[in-house]
Amino acid sequence: MTTRIETRFAELKRQRRAAFVAYVMCGDPDIETSLAIIKALPSAGADVIEVGLPFTDPMADGPSIQAAGLRALKAGTTLKKTLNVVRRFREGDDVTPIVLMGYYNPIYIHGVDRFLIDAKAAGVDGLILVDMPPEEDNELCIPALKAGLNFIRLATPTTDDKRLPAVLANTSGFVYYVSITGITGSATADSAKVSQAVSRIKRHTELPVCVGFGIRNPEAARAIAEHSDGVAVGTALVDAIRDSLDAESRATPRTVSAVADLVATLAAGVRGARQAAE
Amino acid sequence: MALSKPNSFRTGPDDSGHFGMFGGRFVAETLMPLILDLEKAYAAAKVDPSFHHEMNAHLKDYVGRPSPLYYAERLSQHLGGAKIYLKREELNHTGSHKVNNVLGQIMVAQRMGKKRIIAETGAGQHGVATATLCARFGLECIVYMGAVDVARQAPNVFRMEMLGAKVVAVQSGTRTLKDAMNEALRDWVTNVDSTYYCIGTVAGPHPYPMMVRDFQSIIGRETREQMLSAEGRLPNSLIACIGGGSNALGLFHPFLDDASIEIFGVEAAGHGLDKLHAASLTGGRPGVLHGNRTYLLMNDDGQIQDAHSISAGLDYPGIGPEHSWLHETGRVTYLSATDQEALDAFQLLTRLEGIIPALESAHAIAKVVDLAPQRSSDHLMVVNLSGRGDKDIPQVAEILKGKP
Repeated sequence: MTTRIETRFAELKRQRRAAFVAYVMCGDPDIETSLAIIKALPSAGADVIEVGLPFTDPMADGPSIQAAGLRALKAGTTLKKTLNVVRRFREGDDVTPIVLMGYYNPIYIHGVDRFLIDAKAAGVDGLILVDMPPEEDNELCIPALKAGLNFIRLATPTTDDKRLPAVLANTSGFVYYVSITGITGSATADSAKVSQAVSRIKRHTELPVCVGFGIRNPEAARAIAEHSDGVAVGTALVDAIRDSLDAESRATPRTVSAVADLVATLAAGVRGARQAAE
Repeated sequence: MALSKPNSFRTGPDDSGHFGMFGGRFVAETLMPLILDLEKAYAAAKVDPSFHHEMNAHLKDYVGRPSPLYYAERLSQHLGGAKIYLKREELNHTGSHKVNNVLGQIMVAQRMGKKRIIAETGAGQHGVATATLCARFGLECIVYMGAVDVARQAPNVFRMEMLGAKVVAVQSGTRTLKDAMNEALRDWVTNVDSTYYCIGTVAGPHPYPMMVRDFQSIIGRETREQMLSAEGRLPNSLIACIGGGSNALGLFHPFLDDASIEIFGVEAAGHGLDKLHAASLTGGRPGVLHGNRTYLLMNDDGQIQDAHSISAGLDYPGIGPEHSWLHETGRVTYLSATDQEALDAFQLLTRLEGIIPALESAHAIAKVVDLAPQRSSDHLMVVNLSGRGDKDIPQVAEILKGKP
């Protein structure tokens, strides 16, 4: 079974360009605006969409994404409503891959088996769970793979060659390389180091390697895109949403376009990168 | 939940860090290699006689162990029933049981070559113990503390700063202990090469719940010897307060396989179990947070809820995973005490015994008040007096004066 993620990366490989992966928090600043933002992402240049599942205690996220999660929760966002947003997005777009990104507890409480059925039915293609290392694979990773979802694992600068095979063993769709040791949005990725790390990971896997954490602008996106299969941006988009809100953190007429405009410039950076011929 | 009774309650966790279904290692990949290193370093230390020799020397001359097991004669007479003994952990250097664990972990950190120590703290007792040992061993110390707790535990903030620690007031989330733990984890993920995270309770990813329990078990081992020497037999019951549950597990663990001993943990019922509280076992359900599966306070969507307790040290929406397992197997009975019951017990012990307990420990005393009169005069009851109440005096004084 081929997922939308696998199809999309195969297309991009033929086009010899990296993917632009856009992250937004579902329900930030409210469900309807969030759906409008997600709907606007593909035409603005997002090749893959990561939909953040809000959680009260996001231990790997910096202040921007923490605040976005709290805005989403305050607006009443739940796991069920997040899946419903994906379902409504799918009514108009059957090709752009959707990856749910978040923490395990809301999924565990929903019930893993029920979640996998509901997520698949809604049109989710893959999962990124920050607090789910290979040591806990039986918990969600293996059932997700069996259900036909991709399970996208994070590899980090601390994942050495000895550990990489374990990290990659049950990874599918793509590998998400966390370019810094740190939380989201906290530091700037060093493209030379990232290039080395991506080459190192590619010695262990045929999967596409996308890079995220610490990429904010088109120049950085272009530099990372020259050495990887995809560039993920989250904090900068979440900041653009925040900056567009009114004093009570409500959406304004600028909110959707603020994100779409930024995605367009970042995607242009990624598309301007020269990919080494294979 | 019906579970088959294990042959022993003292063999956990298994190799993957589970106590039954609880525990585990639910952490970001960045931290996994370090957590595996820590597991190895602790396993090596555990079987190294020189590690124990050095630790025992510090426990005796620096911490002041063994802590006395004191017969609380006036409290026993007042309540009329069980013979009540206090395990005097409040007499340790730094004023609580926390130092037992911090000493062990700092020695492990040194073996791992880490020079920068971070910690989270609620009441400030773990922060003070960590700041103290970092001063003693010449290590950099950063303590994360919720901004709400910084305000209500001011004396401990000053102590930590005087000891050379940097205290970071955490403004995110609910600004209490769980947010301090989130922030400490964020620091750790960022400074993983240089930094050792000294967790203050029997929670977090494996191996922390096991390691912290091992370091705290000296409380129960001493109690066993002391009671045999004082009364010629083992106690009939044990009582301790529970936030994360390290003082309780330290007392309980050496006695878990003595089937005749009744064991009681006391959670914080805050304003009452039908209102805001911190009783994870009584009012929560199993979930995953801060690296382990355990009982947590949460809503139907799996979002973590605010805990409330008068005592900052118990104000946490979770509990150590081994307690969750002991709860489900039925080996330990978990009770709860409200803010008001704790406040009453705080004053009772102070007036009858001249010992001012920490508000945390006062929760255990509150249930002694209920249980002791129901037991006969030959019943030996041990309560863990886990900390002293000096830090709580300004807060209690305000409450007793009738201020909010």
